[in-house]
Amino acid sequence: MNEQTKIIHSGRDRDPYTGASSIPIYQVSTFHQNDPEHLGAYDYARSDNPTREALEHTIAVLEGGARGLAFASGMAATSSVLMLFQPGDHLVVGRDIYGGTYRVLTTLFKRWGLQVTFVDSTDPDAVRRAITPATRGLFVETPANPLLQITDLRAMVAIAHEHGILAITDNTFMTPHLQRPLEFGFDIVVHSATKFLSGHSDVIAGLAVTREADLGKKLKTIQNSFGAILGPQDSWLVLRGIKTLGVRLDAQQRSAGELASWLSGRKDVKRVLYPGLESHAGHAIHAQQARGGGAVVSFELADGPTAVAFLKRVKLPLVAVSLGGVESILSYPRTMSHAAMPADERLARGITDGLIRLSVGLESTEDLIADLDQALRSESSSSRQ
Amino acid sequence: MSSAKQTQLTTRLAQAGARVDKATGAISVPIYQTASFGHPGLGQSTGFDYSRSSNPTRLVLEETLATADGGHRGFAFASGLAALDAVLRLFVPGDKLVVTEDLYGGTYRLFEKIYRPFGIEAIYVDTSDVVAVELALAIPRVRGMLIESPTNPMLRIADIRTLATMARARGILTIVDNTFLTPVLQRPLEQGADLVVYSATKYLAGHNDVVAGAVVTATPELSERIGFLQNASGGILGPQDSWLTLRGLKTLTLRVERQQENALAIATWLVKHPRVRRVYYPGLPNHPGRGILLREKSGWGGMISFEVDDPACVPAILAGVKIFLFAESLGGVESLITYPSVQTHADIDEATRGRLGINDRLLRLSVGIEDVRDLLDDLEAVL
Repeated sequence: MNEQTKIIHSGRDRDPYTGASSIPIYQVSTFHQNDPEHLGAYDYARSDNPTREALEHTIAVLEGGARGLAFASGMAATSSVLMLFQPGDHLVVGRDIYGGTYRVLTTLFKRWGLQVTFVDSTDPDAVRRAITPATRGLFVETPANPLLQITDLRAMVAIAHEHGILAITDNTFMTPHLQRPLEFGFDIVVHSATKFLSGHSDVIAGLAVTREADLGKKLKTIQNSFGAILGPQDSWLVLRGIKTLGVRLDAQQRSAGELASWLSGRKDVKRVLYPGLESHAGHAIHAQQARGGGAVVSFELADGPTAVAFLKRVKLPLVAVSLGGVESILSYPRTMSHAAMPADERLARGITDGLIRLSVGLESTEDLIADLDQALRSESSSSRQ
Repeated sequence: MSSAKQTQLTTRLAQAGARVDKATGAISVPIYQTASFGHPGLGQSTGFDYSRSSNPTRLVLEETLATADGGHRGFAFASGLAALDAVLRLFVPGDKLVVTEDLYGGTYRLFEKIYRPFGIEAIYVDTSDVVAVELALAIPRVRGMLIESPTNPMLRIADIRTLATMARARGILTIVDNTFLTPVLQRPLEQGADLVVYSATKYLAGHNDVVAGAVVTATPELSERIGFLQNASGGILGPQDSWLTLRGLKTLTLRVERQQENALAIATWLVKHPRVRRVYYPGLPNHPGRGILLREKSGWGGMISFEVDDPACVPAILAGVKIFLFAESLGGVESLITYPSVQTHADIDEATRGRLGINDRLLRLSVGIEDVRDLLDDLEAVL
């Protein structure tokens, strides 16, 4: 079955009891048992819920893994995965991972006794050097946020195998439609399903998929014990969103590519960061591990005031945190995702005051270009005055 | 439709409801699961009083529907038939309507079982035949014309522009059921229709998971009358289903374009298949309605009907398909296969079915957004 068809028919595309073409929303906490000595497949909805299970099955099929698990948010998925480790364990983590992951590692899990070294994961040698005898896991993200640096997934798997440690990656920016890390040998993929998977900016959800069944069983125990599960309504909405994942992402990626090229050609744009551009430092590696540059483009304007004025002038994209929805969203890392980071640290990482991140939606590319053009033009004319 | 309008439609649908909630900035319009609204003071209203009259979630859907069709106002109903029922309430006993003869079975039932005893008569005509319609419009007390185009399941095409012009000259209201093509592929109001009705269950919501209907009006006067009927008889769409339909509309353009692309490939493939006798699809070069659709810059849609050589093999086809679901309805992301003579059109007598071409060899496909190679493999295996 081709991938676009799998998205629609993952094997849970109809209700086995009534034939309903949409999986029912099992808004239920518990299940009656016909035989008190031999409980049925479902007993309590924290453990298993048929609607959530349909989503978990679907993401496992799409990522090519043995087990999928759905959580209340991307951070609940990541935190549950981190609970696979013990106090005293050491992790090597990409320096440019999502801020929420950074926060949970440096606060909650630090107190819990997890040791973490942050390294530039675009440099496999740096990753290798960071590994100690206590290292039990490697956690990376590619493309990274917001600078879209590319980490070589195959190189990370090789390092993990050399040292017998777990390889974990956050695949939120790409989704299995564009990149399937488990096929390269990664052990676990996590997602903020809030973004492209659900895709409509209307649900908060997280997913994790394990390559092997044994690891899936361990994570399932954590999901059930810790209990940060996704509810049936939200599970169903994510499933509904996944049905159009292929058509959405194809259109968004096409549009993002056009916008990245258009932005690159402008004098008032200092630099454009998009892994689909040949000029991007990670382009060659990215092309070997993903089907296209995705739908997130970052670009840099002259300075902070220019960026702020630009963000006030745009009419079409929404100015907000988050990404991956049908609506284009502009984010300003300085005051949003990286506000908590000290300015010198932020600047050292290349997240300048002029940096803007664009999550490209489903609006027509022409309309988006026209809007960005007017916002940039007014900016250039006012800065000349 | 011109590409500039297409551009606007795609952009507007993607952002439908995105800037509505001023209080919080929420990108998705809230689901206002409420019956009533508090008043700021005596004689004052927030604009919302009681959810049957107006509900903020439903209102965003209704505004989006109006924009999509280029109409004056949109109205959301509990089902496609509830929408059509509200439109038929514009007429009074003694009135007659000229109606497409091979129309949706539920509409036929509504006319024959509900409205005929009430004194409103449907005159069934082949609306792909301009002369036949012209004669029917001249019948005394004809006050309305209801066109389905393409028709179901024979996919005949009406020349909406010509028929609406003729109707207007006689003061007759033109109503178009645009369920099959949606505003993405056909713009009845721009072709002169007064009202557009939809089963929004189909392409508009698009995921086979909600039952809903819609009406879009061309003029303020019709808006006022439909608005009154919606509130007075109350067949409204609830907030949850309004929100889901709106969520569906955000990907309407993408879905419909992919469905049409897949359908054209399947229809072209079916034409060449030795077990297939006839293929009905408006995008095929020999389809009689193709010229009209080209002239109006309309599309072909995602529906195909075809005849197999031997009716005895139909049960095996329906049981053997693995990707197509054997189910009624249409317009969802999943491909469906239907057997009209037994399922959707069983209420129509055999003689009429025979005349229309709805025989026991006829199958109907609603093409989804799966990879077309898998759909072709599935059909190849059962044929």
